[in-house]
Parts: sequence; C-alpha cells; structure tokens
Amino acid sequence: MINPDSIGRSFAANEAVTITQSQIDAFAAAIGESDTSIAPPTFAIRISLEQSQNFLTSSEVGVKWDRIVHGDQKFEIKKPLKAGDQVLCTSVIENYKQMAGNEFITARSDLAVNGELAVSAWSTLVVRA
Amino acid sequence: MIEVGTVIPERVFKIDRATLKKYADASGDQNPIHQNEEFAKSVGLPDVIAHGMFTMALVGKFATDWAGGSGTIKEYSTRFTKPVVVPANKSVDLIVSGVVGEILPSGLVRLDLTATSDGQKVLGMARAIVDVNGKSK
Repeated sequence: MINPDSIGRSFAANEAVTITQSQIDAFAAAIGESDTSIAPPTFAIRISLEQSQNFLTSSEVGVKWDRIVHGDQKFEIKKPLKAGDQVLCTSVIENYKQMAGNEFITARSDLAVNGELAVSAWSTLVVRA
Repeated sequence: MIEVGTVIPERVFKIDRATLKKYADASGDQNPIHQNEEFAKSVGLPDVIAHGMFTMALVGKFATDWAGGSGTIKEYSTRFTKPVVVPANKSVDLIVSGVVGEILPSGLVRLDLTATSDGQKVLGMARAIVDVNGKSK
C-alpha cells in the first residue's frame, strides 16, 4: 500500500521537458494523424505518465509499477501542445481508495507552458493486489 | 445540422503487432505486455494486448476527424474496460462509432463514443467534448 502521507502532496518535475517536432511526427504517424502542426490530444500522456511513474515509484510513495493497470484516463486541453513548448509538469495524487484489496490511485498532472496551464491529465491507476 | 442523436459513421481501425510497436516507440510506453507474447501470457493475459492509450488515441482521432481537426478536442475521457487482444501475424479490427450526446450551453458538443474489438466493448464511458465551429458543414 502507498504511503498515506503522499496523498494530496504535489510533486513538481525538476525541469521542463521540451517537445520536439519529431516526437509529434512519430506520435501522429502512429495514430494515422496527418496534421503535425500541433500534438494530437492524447500526446500529453507521454509527459504525464512518465512524471506519474517517477513520483509514484519514488520511495516517498512506494508504488510497484509492474502491478499497475491503467483504469481510466481523462484530459482537459486548454491549449494544444506543439513543438518547442517547454512543459513543466506538476502531479498530485488527487484521489485514493482501496477496494477488494486493490488500490485505486488517481494522479492528476498539470502541464504548464510558459507558466500557463495547457493540459491537465488524470490517470486512474489500479495497483493489483 | 448537428443535434443530439446525430450519428458519426462507424469506422474501422486495423491494429497489428507492427502498429503497437510504432505506438510504443512514439509514446515511450515499452511495457512488454504490448509487444512480447511470452511475457503477456506469463502475467495471465490471453496474448499481447494493445495499449489502452493507443485505443484511446485512435478513438480520439475518430472524434477529431469528425469535429474538424486535432485541435478541436477540449475534454476527453474514458475507462479501459477490456483489452484489445492482438495475436501474431494478423490484424484485429477496432470498430469505432459515436453519437452526439449533448450540446452544451457553450455550444461545445459532447460525443459519446463506442469502441469494440472481437465483439467486446473495450472502452467504457468514452466521451469527448469538441468544438465544432471549424467543422465543414
């Protein structure tokens, strides 16, 4: 089980991630999207899930990543991401519950570009018993 | 004319092991359950399964193609209810359909989306809120 003190705490990435055109091109190609002027809507998962993995598996929280199943996902997109954006990601465990021995962790990641919120991503991750 | 109940024509996306590899490389999600049959079976799965996020991305493509481009989506959410099983050496169909569920006071449109594979619904409560102002009429 996760460290209960970690629920509601904010974890900020140490540094911004720069989105490259080739990352957008590859993601768009993988889903058959021809418009590469902006990142496809779910591209943010590349950044948000890596950040969630980093903080959830840290010793402060203690999630074992190989027990994780992705339960649900939500995005709110204020401004589509694009090449050259420097994204600073802040994550928080917004919701936590236990059911039938499984843990349900909802991690919210806010992706900001130039200090302005661009995309919020919520991932509910199920840690199987 | 877009109104509640307007149906978006069904579309089929083909998924095979090569498309999963491409998505894995593009997304950075290299979990072996999406590429390695032996590993997938060792953790109790029937075979290699598609990334839930890949399915979500394809259904998102379906929604944004209808709405007028990949910048039209404002909110997008789903549950991952069943895996899309992808055997070796063949492609599986992801059948996607949608309907206008609500027109919000802001004018944005909520699409209720359905995705099935092998006769099973693979997403639950898949909903996208899109801006249809740029949609060709």
